[in-house]
Amino acid sequence: MKIAPGLASLTLTFFLMIVTASAQPTRTPMADLMRSEGRIYVVIAVILAILGGLLLYLVRLDRKISKLEKE
Amino acid sequence: MKKSWWKILSAVLLVYTVVAGLLGPVPTLPLLQETIRNLYFHVCMWFAMMILFTVSVVYAIKYLRSLDLRHDIYARNFAVTAMVMGLLGYATGTIWASYTWADPNKPLINSFSTIARDPKLIGAAISLLVYGAYLILRDAIPDIDKRARISAVYNIFAYAILFPAIWILPRILPSLHPGNDGNPALDVKNDISASMRIVFYPAVIGWTLLGVWITTLKIRMQLLTDKKLIA
Repeated sequence: MKIAPGLASLTLTFFLMIVTASAQPTRTPMADLMRSEGRIYVVIAVILAILGGLLLYLVRLDRKISKLEKE
Repeated sequence: MKKSWWKILSAVLLVYTVVAGLLGPVPTLPLLQETIRNLYFHVCMWFAMMILFTVSVVYAIKYLRSLDLRHDIYARNFAVTAMVMGLLGYATGTIWASYTWADPNKPLINSFSTIARDPKLIGAAISLLVYGAYLILRDAIPDIDKRARISAVYNIFAYAILFPAIWILPRILPSLHPGNDGNPALDVKNDISASMRIVFYPAVIGWTLLGVWITTLKIRMQLLTDKKLIA
């Protein structure tokens, strides 16, 4: 069976289109959020990380002092 | 860890402050633009400072009434945390003023003399220096009871100058600093827009509770080291 060259190239083009389309980075909701609105969410994430670290430090300090108070 | 509802409340309110403070709607004002969001951070430092200084003076009076050294430790540590809050308020205010008050056409250093003579800044500097002297005075007296009594009396004097220096003095002199007309920050109808008030007031509570938390840790540490003196 002989396939017309036109049809073959057309099929190939479609195939390539599908492959390249699927190779495009999928826009996950998370990536969307972190890159939207001038990426202000990145700033929020950074500040929350610092705040979280500070609060964690206070909690640990609190625990240590409580342990000393029990002795 | 001593579990307290207000420690959790503080953490929750601070997370809310950051998220709602950076994302929430704010009025667009000339010069200020997005820097108006500093209200949730810079102004809250000063509010926390004033509340913590108030707690400090209450314990100073309690010490004079009871002569219980525990109250002296409370008064000192609340004053120290309040000073840290005040210094942070000063530092943040410096950054904010550099981009709103300073003349953008000149190098920043050229605006220093006009900014630094603002009565609000001088008043804040006076009150912080007065409290700095409180710490120096304390540590200069070796006798524990004498130190506690003199510094408690001094604490009351320092508190008496705090509010004239940061509120009354700047309001009777021309000042660049906002919040000098009417009933600043507490005028719920005219001063702060409704969308900012729902972040600002929780932010004040959150930052203040964080200060209280830090202070209680310092107090508990000092009570442990001074166990023999107090018991």
